[in-house]
Amino acid sequence: MATLKSTGNGTESGKTKWDRVQEMDEFRLLILAKKEFVVPATVFFVIYYFALPVLVGYAPGLMSRKVLGPINLAYLFALSQFFVAWGIAFAYVGAARKFDKFGAHILETLKREGYDDRQDGKEGL
Amino acid sequence: MTIGKMERKVSKLMHLDMTLVLFLVFIAITLGITAWASRRSGSSASFFAANRSITAWQNGVAVAGDYMSAASFLGIAGLIAFFGYDGFLYSVGWLVAYLTVLLIVAEPLRNAGKYTMADVLAYRMNPRPVRAMASLSTLVVSTFYMIAQMIGAGSLVALLLKGSGVSFTVAVTCVGILMIIYVVFGGMLATTWVQIIKAVLLIAGTILLSVLVVAHFHFSITEFFQAVGNVTYHTPDGKTVVKDFMTPGLRFKLPYGPLELISLGVALIFGTAGLPHILVRFYTVPDAKTARHSVVWAMMIIGSFYIMTTFLGFGAATIVGRDFIAKNGGTNMSAPLLAKAIAGDVFFAFICAIAFATILAVVAGLTISASTSFAHDFWTNVIHNGVERKQGEERMVARIAAFVVGLIAISIAIILGPTANVAFLVALAFAVAASANLPVIVFSIYWKKFNTAGAVCGLLFGLVGSVALILIGPSIMGVDPPTVVGAARHAIQHAPIFPLENPGILSVPIGFAGALLGTFLGKKDPRAIQRFEELEVRANTGLGSEKATAH
Repeated sequence: MATLKSTGNGTESGKTKWDRVQEMDEFRLLILAKKEFVVPATVFFVIYYFALPVLVGYAPGLMSRKVLGPINLAYLFALSQFFVAWGIAFAYVGAARKFDKFGAHILETLKREGYDDRQDGKEGL
Repeated sequence: MTIGKMERKVSKLMHLDMTLVLFLVFIAITLGITAWASRRSGSSASFFAANRSITAWQNGVAVAGDYMSAASFLGIAGLIAFFGYDGFLYSVGWLVAYLTVLLIVAEPLRNAGKYTMADVLAYRMNPRPVRAMASLSTLVVSTFYMIAQMIGAGSLVALLLKGSGVSFTVAVTCVGILMIIYVVFGGMLATTWVQIIKAVLLIAGTILLSVLVVAHFHFSITEFFQAVGNVTYHTPDGKTVVKDFMTPGLRFKLPYGPLELISLGVALIFGTAGLPHILVRFYTVPDAKTARHSVVWAMMIIGSFYIMTTFLGFGAATIVGRDFIAKNGGTNMSAPLLAKAIAGDVFFAFICAIAFATILAVVAGLTISASTSFAHDFWTNVIHNGVERKQGEERMVARIAAFVVGLIAISIAIILGPTANVAFLVALAFAVAASANLPVIVFSIYWKKFNTAGAVCGLLFGLVGSVALILIGPSIMGVDPPTVVGAARHAIQHAPIFPLENPGILSVPIGFAGALLGTFLGKKDPRAIQRFEELEVRANTGLGSEKATAH
């Protein structure tokens, strides 16, 4: 860790494999695709989750209304949180298939260009 | 002695024996696993990370087993039994919190780290100060959480085995010794399997109990919820009350109730992804994809369990009743008493044994994360500058640390005693995890300009902020009438300065503010920026991540 370049085992011109990946189009696309899913999903689940304590806390009358036989709105809204969370989780797993493809492609390109992945894992730890 | 009395006595002894036998069976099986695992713990990767060979479903079940504590099983069932709907709100937060783990933390952590949470924080930064702070916050979170679990365990086991001569002290000591044995001899592999067995038992018991509750209402959900709408109990002054237990607000009343709920939500949603004992579980799987799938497995199991707390809690409220539970051990006994009421002594013994297994698995997970952090972060990286001087030294230090942490937790739990108010210890653990750990984890992975000063300040502000707000909050401060004595008395007899028991709503912004402040006031850190590019590649592609080892 003495110099900045010492952690990657670069081939020509001292360029590390990290630099090489950073300049790949696929890597930029991967980061972008992740952002496109993770940011809206996080914003949505945080708002949806906090709507529950806010509504239950400040509008208990509305939330106590029975909507399905003896079951009230408050319980249904709480129950819906579980299914929304599961839904987001499964949607993420679906979206992540694309991320994995980008990742595999990047690693393949690196291998073809002769960057070695064997000596890693101990860096900076 | 009348015949009726004798019958009761005999039945009491029978369920005691049954409970004890089931406890011993569980202990025997888990010790067998520990012996098996100890023969496989020959390297650091196997001791700290189970050779990174745990599969997605196994890790998912183990995460569930690590997470669903006695607080969820007995605590939430009790809260719902006593306060109805408001108790169920806890259940929701404990599941939704896993979205933060899934979307933001699990995969980058697996790709960029090795054994501990601090691996990711120290990756770009000057490792010594960052690791020292991260290790401190890990130890605070884990030991406080552990002490809460141990006190819960002690009073629970003493209560379950009442009449058998097992006291609080004996129970705490036994739980402590078992958890030390699992971790010291079996490492992460044994801990993982203890957690898996516990989770399977807990889910099986909960499903069985839920089905029996619905059967009690002739398999009619309508009839069940109608009963929940008319729960009768008596107030301490003898008045009869009929309440709709579906109504929100029976526990969290204005003016501070809703804020308390929101603050608790903040701590849960952002704290779970900063709990060291949950995070280390993602190092036990071979790659980020498996880590991702294991979170989804965990969410399925944890979510199903928390939905079923509806039947456990409302079932106890309607079938057993608040009056009876209050006279027979209090809120925490709601689920076991429900089991007894609908299926008799054998099932009661079974549920009690599950509660015991639940506590053991959680404390084992806490012990291993605390001792790993001490050995890997503090001993090897802070004191010895990242060099393991002798082969296996880190493992040896971790074993000693597990032993010491265990002894400290046993001693503090015994000193505080069974009547201590421990709820604030759990609140503290989650608040520190959310306020100190999470902001720094998120900035390390996603913010290029983040630097060493920012990481240290974020950890420090979050840690000190949460502890301070709890110290000046209603858990510690309050004015009691002179009739309240002993451990139940507030430590500081003064009106609380901060009105909420859960500091998350204020302490999480304090943690983020500390991280921002440190980053802007601290020195520019070109190395941290350069290494960010490396971390970004690693975290997102898995390039150079720790591989599974053959076993």
